Amino acid sequence: MTLLTDETFGELEAIAARYPEPRSGLLPMLHLVQSVEGRITPEGIEACAEILGISAAEVSGVATFYTMYKRKPVGDYLVGVCTNTLCAVMGGDAIFERLKDHLDVGNDETTADGKITLEHVECNAACDYAPVMMVNWEFMDNMTPTSAVRLVDDLREGKEVTSTRGPRLCTWKEAERVLAGFPDGRVDEGPGAGAASLVGLNLARQNSWSAPSGGGAERKDKSIESGTAETKGGAVAQADTSRAETETEQEEGKKSD
Amino acid sequence: MTSTLTPVLTDIWDADQSWKLSTYTDRGGYAALDKALGMAPDAIVTAVKDSGLRGRGGAGFPTGMKWSFIPQDNPNPKYLVVNADESEPGTCKDIPLMMANPHVLVEGVIISSFAIRANKAFIYIRGEVLHVIRRVQAAVEEAYAAGHLGKDIHGSGYDLDVVVHAGAGAYICGEETALLEGLEGRRGQPRLRPPFPAVAGLYASPTVINNVESIASVPSIIEHGAEWFASMGTEKSKGYGIFSLSGHVTRPGQYEAPLGITLRELIDLAGGMREGHVLKFWTPGGSSTPLLTDEHLDVPLGFEEVVAAGSMLGTRALQLFDETTCVVRAVLRWTEFYKHESCGKCTPCREGTWWLVQMLTRLEQGVGEESDLDLLLDQCDNIFGRSFCALADGAVSPIQSSIKYFRDEYLQHLAEGGCPFDPMKSTLFADELEMA
Repeated sequence: MTLLTDETFGELEAIAARYPEPRSGLLPMLHLVQSVEGRITPEGIEACAEILGISAAEVSGVATFYTMYKRKPVGDYLVGVCTNTLCAVMGGDAIFERLKDHLDVGNDETTADGKITLEHVECNAACDYAPVMMVNWEFMDNMTPTSAVRLVDDLREGKEVTSTRGPRLCTWKEAERVLAGFPDGRVDEGPGAGAASLVGLNLARQNSWSAPSGGGAERKDKSIESGTAETKGGAVAQADTSRAETETEQEEGKKSD
Repeated sequence: MTSTLTPVLTDIWDADQSWKLSTYTDRGGYAALDKALGMAPDAIVTAVKDSGLRGRGGAGFPTGMKWSFIPQDNPNPKYLVVNADESEPGTCKDIPLMMANPHVLVEGVIISSFAIRANKAFIYIRGEVLHVIRRVQAAVEEAYAAGHLGKDIHGSGYDLDVVVHAGAGAYICGEETALLEGLEGRRGQPRLRPPFPAVAGLYASPTVINNVESIASVPSIIEHGAEWFASMGTEKSKGYGIFSLSGHVTRPGQYEAPLGITLRELIDLAGGMREGHVLKFWTPGGSSTPLLTDEHLDVPLGFEEVVAAGSMLGTRALQLFDETTCVVRAVLRWTEFYKHESCGKCTPCREGTWWLVQMLTRLEQGVGEESDLDLLLDQCDNIFGRSFCALADGAVSPIQSSIKYFRDEYLQHLAEGGCPFDPMKSTLFADELEMA
């Protein structure tokens, strides 16, 4: 039995309409199918094929190529442990072993209560936070076996869990809907950057290091700037001068150290 | 004053709600767009050429030159596609950039599209980074509402639409022609070139595909000038770039510096290797770039300089491993990754990566004999350069380089009949485990 409604069909068509050629919408359309059906179903494949005017075999071929598309039902929380080299070495292997044992599931399996699907994932572009886990594709940084067990226990108990540098976690189906291009209003949750992302910037601030002042206006905080120039040329001159002054002061300060 | 670090793209990252349009414009954001819209498109291409900006996605191809390959007499629409499919093991710069500062990417997209005369642009983001996708989706929405996107941008008569497209899990889609296949709703398998995307890319139309950081660097070049950009970096590797340190270093993270900085300087900035340990091997730009060792600490991290040292600058993804790490284990795991991610189109890659895993698994278990190393290298020779794309070339890099520098460690596995290392000693929580 399919959960795809007329509304879903409307949304699938809307995705296809974002592109000059409708078939370009197939990847996000399959994300939407998962958000409704909980996996890629034969009905979902047929729906995409019908809307795009291609064969179900062509849609199937795409759905089986990409690892985010699941043929089996996924739990509320898709828990991924990075076991690519860097994370594995830093502890990802130990975390994955511990979770398999604790949850009594293997790779790509779901707990009996349907809450958690565990899988190992490849590099997720957060190596400076290794070892990294992902829950419904939100970052869980700097994990240990102990914190990983606590995380999955909290998820199974229905506690609200927040990404270490992101929003409150939603369910996997809700996440898939965002991937299909339907925002969920959580964009402003969480910080702009996590601690590791800021180490270089913090050092630069401490040492008053900056990119050289250029031929154009420095990007600086207008709210601090007094007497904003009326023309861009004036703004340029102003910004340059103040930056040059700041730099001169810093240089002198450094010399007298 | 000489600045060791030069925050440009990262400069806004510590601001409150750094991802919002208001934060970005308060700091002068979208001023470069105004300036660009007052220029001739060709003048923008020239400025980017003159700046010396080279692709930040790993290959280092001059960005302005790539743009100039677009045949403007081709009657088809032109497209800009941003490659935000950051997946190369070790690479972690574009994801935090889009999370903290999505508007610099959007502004770069508008200026770059205007330069190549595209009215439609796509940002292809890997699907596995939900919050990053939220931030870019919202930035594009905000830009539309502010009149930076859509019809008649800033009254210039120029129209641009941007679509944020989420991928679905495939490392290969970071390869530009596979990415185009994904964006056309197909399996992400690379295309044979020529024709190059500049001539026949998306929908067989002229297409520029650039990395996130390349596009995000464009507003600063327009705003401050090509000379300003070129004043940083080395002779052939101009400008600034984000260097991502990960692994056994005291303060892993993102360090934005002029190209040409050395790993020794970066490790120093990062507080040294983790206490009581020393550097054993590292990747300059992700796992596809041959491993280097502590002999190479003073190599300037520029494109030509790293090639001269026997590797590649790649994405400046500096993964650092200390003496507790088994290089055979590390290389086996990368090889398993390439086997998993091979799209299956070309036989040398599809079958070859499978064989490499078999060989390395045996070696890691201490099974086999010394001549197996030569067999393994022979397999690498038969895989390298024999496929449509560079995935298989990347796959053999860690193997060849690790045998070059650590042949004895492979032999030690064979002599001892297994791995001589304790993997727990490499973990971040090694001390915690010892206490338990």
